[in-house]
Amino acid sequence: MSAGFDLQATTRRGAGLDRLGVLLAAIVAAGLALQPFCLFRANRIVAAKPVGLLSALPPLESQIVLGLIVVASVLLLLRTPSPLRLSVSVLTLVLLAFAIGRAGVYLTPSSNTYARVAPGGGFWFAAFAFAIALADAAVRLRMPPLGRLALLALIGGALWLFLWSGACDALSILREYANRADVFWREARVHLFLAAGSLAAAAVVGIPLGILCVRVRPLRAALLNSLNILQTIPSMALFGLLIAPLAWIGAHVPGASAIGIAGIGIAPAFVALFAYSLLPMVSNTVAGLESVPVQARDAARGMGMTARQRFMEIELPLAFPVILTGIRIVLVQNLGLAVLAGLIGGGGFGTFVFQGISQTATDLVLLGALPTVALAFAAAIVLDAAVEMTRPMTSASARKSKSLFERHDE
Amino acid sequence: MKGSALIRLLLLVLLVAFLLTPQSFRPVFQPFAANGAPAIYTQSSLLALTLSHLAMVGVATLAAAIVSIGLAVLVTRPAGREFLPLSRSIANIGQTFPPVAVLALAVPVFGFGPIPTLIALFLYGLLPIFENTLTGLTTVPHSVQEAARGVGMTDTQRLISVELPLALPIILAGIRLTAVISLGTATIGSTVAAKTLGEVIIAGLISNNTAFVLQGGLVVALLALFIHQGFTSLEARIGRQAGAMQPAQ
Repeated sequence: MSAGFDLQATTRRGAGLDRLGVLLAAIVAAGLALQPFCLFRANRIVAAKPVGLLSALPPLESQIVLGLIVVASVLLLLRTPSPLRLSVSVLTLVLLAFAIGRAGVYLTPSSNTYARVAPGGGFWFAAFAFAIALADAAVRLRMPPLGRLALLALIGGALWLFLWSGACDALSILREYANRADVFWREARVHLFLAAGSLAAAAVVGIPLGILCVRVRPLRAALLNSLNILQTIPSMALFGLLIAPLAWIGAHVPGASAIGIAGIGIAPAFVALFAYSLLPMVSNTVAGLESVPVQARDAARGMGMTARQRFMEIELPLAFPVILTGIRIVLVQNLGLAVLAGLIGGGGFGTFVFQGISQTATDLVLLGALPTVALAFAAAIVLDAAVEMTRPMTSASARKSKSLFERHDE
Repeated sequence: MKGSALIRLLLLVLLVAFLLTPQSFRPVFQPFAANGAPAIYTQSSLLALTLSHLAMVGVATLAAAIVSIGLAVLVTRPAGREFLPLSRSIANIGQTFPPVAVLALAVPVFGFGPIPTLIALFLYGLLPIFENTLTGLTTVPHSVQEAARGVGMTDTQRLISVELPLALPIILAGIRLTAVISLGTATIGSTVAAKTLGEVIIAGLISNNTAFVLQGGLVVALLALFIHQGFTSLEARIGRQAGAMQPAQ
């Protein structure tokens, strides 16, 4: 990501205006002027009534919030230093979260438990613009991996504190959460178990398979081709197709049902995710081992290392960043695909997504979709940083082109 | 190579035959249908579902290709270069959005039916093409660029007759990725009432009928296989034409 052009600092021109800032300020202005800041429903299913920013909060508060947003937009508009832009974006995002929480409290009549307040287009547009500004500032600062992790921890911590403090409890999505807090955490655990458990299983099986593929040439094409074909089966169908065989195993193999193998529920979802994870694991292990420079192998041989030593001390460590990239691809992909487990009774956040879709309850969809997106997002940032830290410094320029497409380029 | 081409041809014939006369394949699927349930999906015509599925993927992929190639060209020109690092990280982060979540989030805004599916497919399809076009355009060898400048080509001429042709195989690989991913993702669109082959799979999941899941899944998988194959051979042919000028990948 930071593999950019050194020219960028010098090519920023314009009459004291930042071009991205102009675009972002326009998005904020259009969002707040043309879209409601939040949506008010008298109960969960009636049509929403749009509420603008100025009427969503008590008069003085709304003017202060609007004023601060205007100031922040102007700071982005001008060519301000990157650290300032970073802090302004973070603070404005916090302000927006605070404002939407306050709007929920202000708009909901105190005795009414049916009324719902949800963020509207204006809120989402503004949040999007400042999130982009945040990303832009982080890119311009060329934050080192540890810095990015610290920023992620800071934002995650702020978000957690915010939700925990109850400042947003009046919002509709948190109302949905309050109604099913126990279920939510159970599904969260299931979701994480599905994504991370199948990744662990795929790593345990896939990395040795990858090593084997490098050693045994004929195996390589056959294995990678069949895994490729597996990848083309649509995920929904694979989930469904595993139901019958797993039901049979659960019913006929002694002890299988005791460890949770059954036709419906978590088992088919786990197996399907495992199957999809194998290709990136195997192909990245192969790619990693093959990227070890011949000189390094020769030098190790010249030093009199045994084949085993060469493998453990030279080849595997050098291949590790690429293998880790495979793990990153798999984890992000699994966190998303695990949503589909909700379709076959496998649990996870998909339960809320598909319940919400069938009841046309937007808040319920969001309750499932937002944590999924947040998890995938956080996993990508953490593992990208890890990949960057394990990569030798010399390949900094090759870093970017390697990071995303290993799965598909095979 | 000859044998696998024969197998592909056979699969294609089988697929077309199945779509035209699904009932004649009843004996194949009967064993998978539990206790006398119908073996072949008849609620809507499989052929119509397949065509609608393909049309949706085609439209979304085409739109995504036009927009993302345009954007990639824009951020690699001197005027747009300052957006390059940012657009790279947006593309990188955007890929982490699960397609199901894109679909789920599009429903509240656009309602049920084909529109949210098309939008989710379009948005999700932008990233692989954008990323690959960027890679293609930024890895054109310096010497080639210099030579093009040396023979007096303008910026536009260089873009159209040097950079884009050299990047074409990588761009096509991006379009292939998008098309194959969209093909699978479109099945999920049926949970929000889009007319795709996912309808068959969902009907099977709901009524516990493996035969339906199998036929829906197989048709999608075969389509993905053919699209993948078609693009790969196109990429190979264009790559050969570019010949020695092709940058090392």
